Amino acid sequence: MSEISQKELDGFRADARAWFSENVPAKPEFMMPLTFMEVGTDQQFDFLRGWQKKVYEAGYLGAAWPKKYGGGGLAQALQDIATQEMYRAGGPIMLNAIGLNWAGPLILDMGTDEQRNQYIKGILSAEDIWCQGFSEPDHGSDLGAAQTRAVRDGDDYVINGSKIWTTQGNYAKYMILLARTNPDAQRKYDGLSFFLAPMTVPGVDTVPIRKLTGEYGFTQTFFTDARIPATTLMGGEGKGWQVAMRTLEYERGARGGQAGGYVMVYPDVSKVVDLAKRAMRNGRPAFDDPAIRERLVKLLTTYRGLKLNSTRALIAPLVRDRPLSLPLSAKLVRSEFYREINQLAMAMQGPHGAYYVGEPEAYDDAIWQRSYLNSFSATIGGGTSQIQHNIIGEHVLGLPKS
Amino acid sequence: MTMEMEVTLAFSEEQAELLEVAQSFCRDKSPIPTVRRLIEDELGYDPGVWAEMARLGWLGIAVPEEFGGSGLSLAEVVPVVEQMGRRLMGGPFVSTTLAAQALLVGGAEVQKSVILPGICAGKAATLALTEPHGDWDLAHIETSATETDGKFKLTGVKIFVVDAMSAEWIIVSVMKNGEPALIIIDRASLPENALRREVVADETRRSFRLQLDGLIVAADAFLDTARARETLTHLDLATSLLLSAEACGGAASCIDYTVEYLNTRKQFGKLIGSYQSLKHPIVDAHVAYELARSHLYSAASVFGRQGEGEIAARMAKSEAAEALAFAADRAIQFHGGFGFTYQCDAQLYRRRGMWCEYQYGDGSYQRAKLAKLML
Repeated sequence: MSEISQKELDGFRADARAWFSENVPAKPEFMMPLTFMEVGTDQQFDFLRGWQKKVYEAGYLGAAWPKKYGGGGLAQALQDIATQEMYRAGGPIMLNAIGLNWAGPLILDMGTDEQRNQYIKGILSAEDIWCQGFSEPDHGSDLGAAQTRAVRDGDDYVINGSKIWTTQGNYAKYMILLARTNPDAQRKYDGLSFFLAPMTVPGVDTVPIRKLTGEYGFTQTFFTDARIPATTLMGGEGKGWQVAMRTLEYERGARGGQAGGYVMVYPDVSKVVDLAKRAMRNGRPAFDDPAIRERLVKLLTTYRGLKLNSTRALIAPLVRDRPLSLPLSAKLVRSEFYREINQLAMAMQGPHGAYYVGEPEAYDDAIWQRSYLNSFSATIGGGTSQIQHNIIGEHVLGLPKS
Repeated sequence: MTMEMEVTLAFSEEQAELLEVAQSFCRDKSPIPTVRRLIEDELGYDPGVWAEMARLGWLGIAVPEEFGGSGLSLAEVVPVVEQMGRRLMGGPFVSTTLAAQALLVGGAEVQKSVILPGICAGKAATLALTEPHGDWDLAHIETSATETDGKFKLTGVKIFVVDAMSAEWIIVSVMKNGEPALIIIDRASLPENALRREVVADETRRSFRLQLDGLIVAADAFLDTARARETLTHLDLATSLLLSAEACGGAASCIDYTVEYLNTRKQFGKLIGSYQSLKHPIVDAHVAYELARSHLYSAASVFGRQGEGEIAARMAKSEAAEALAFAADRAIQFHGGFGFTYQCDAQLYRRRGMWCEYQYGDGSYQRAKLAKLML
């Protein structure tokens, strides 16, 4: 990639800024999902799908993916600028998270030309929604033990079993699927294979899962003698674990290659301070309660610490002792922080802390209560906080496996 | 909104060099057997090592070149103190550095030109700010200086005067005409029993009670009275910064020490580090330490900036002291029966943690201050 001039960067930024300020949609009537895991109604889905398509067509999504497959063929630095401007303008999230962040980079990286032609454009335009089939009802944290079977039969594999926590499973056209091709493999990991499985074949059924908030967004997916073409196998039979780990590296940003945009927005911490000044607790603003103030400052300290950790992670002499420490602990600290700050926001409200969405007397239509319940998606999904402790203990501190 | 301000963490080449040099120096000069030997020693440190530190220029890091220093800032002192903390080193480095800061911010020209070159050359100095009433607010001073015949008579007591017996000079806060002031005293001019060694939990430290009643000082002992409040605020934050550095260093080695044990000790046929009831809390300690270290180096890089500098220093102090306290508390517990013995190093870290936490404002105190600054 040839060097881009500052002038070119600035020009691109100015164009992007103008475009987003003109095109970011007004706040809709319904509740806007803050993460791709919270898309629970057709209304939300259609809205976000339309938004992603619009951003893509304007050239601000997949800008750094190859042009011949549907990308923009530009430098990554330009996509990064587009993402920054999208965020700056308060743009809604990108809908097709699994496609943009996992399947797309994988197909570009390891797929055949035919696969790239088949899938990439639909990922970017949100025409083809992707979902992820790793976790199973009996195997959540222990992915390597997945039992969904894939049996070779002529030009097909026949799939039987069930996947769970399938985000947008009811809308998805494709699934990145981890299934067991060899139940007798000596290491459980060696019996797994990775597929770009179509969801539209007979024998694939999705059942919505109602979340703790009362809303939808996930499904359980059942496979009953579902036949998928053998050409959808990625990385060869028995290589599924390695391919799955590779997709995780895209997600952690270790490999780069993601399409851009963002699939989650975090609540604005300053709104919690604002709430503290409004919410009455024990007859006076929560802000005047020293116990609340101390908890709030403690959390704001953690919030800053998170930002500072990501800055320090780039300063080599300050991470020499344990180089993996900061990247591997970020998910744990961030997800627990958001859970706790929502919990504190409820505590500020006195008896009103017990209200829920829909109650006119509730503070801020009880978004705090709803956000608190939703915050568990991050402390549980993508490896629970308890698994994160094991990962940090074993890979950062060098402790023996549990 | 204050909390949404851009957070800053910069790291200079000078800091990187000092970090590297201090890391190997402190590791070589202060292995644990040496730390334990010096606990039994009245002086509490090795004068030969102290002289080497002076030769390395460490006492003048934050002193301008015109007074014999290197003309850097406290940001460059931080990695040195962190590494000293990591090896539980004793000695008057921090107290001397802070005394120099008092002179730089609030001293008269003549005081600076006489004393600072001495400090850079290896003479120790210290501060006497804390009083028996225990208020962490350094402007709450009950020690008084009363004028008689052009001289000043002192009345009052100071506690936690660290390294006083090694110090050539002691800088003391007093009230003069209802306003805070600072005076500098030659330690040699103190009467016989003015200093009494205090018994403190952190046995690597030498701390003293200073009885000032009846002491007479000349008018030229005063630092610039017009800048006394500003100087006290500066010292409060500078001390917080350096105690944070010490606590971070201590937390790092305390965690290493405990991880080492979890990786070698077996019970019920398994390494105890494989048990999640031990693994998860040590990870929590480590994560807290990493956050504290980021706050520390942020506080170092913005030190002295209006508003932002104070927020960062207070956050660093609360985070670092609590990180060390937690890591060391768990270190004792996770060493089991051995952890209950004097022989186990966990107690050294825990005692060090008590000092870092309870001197100059604990976490709750810092957070109450932060609430006023940020909310």
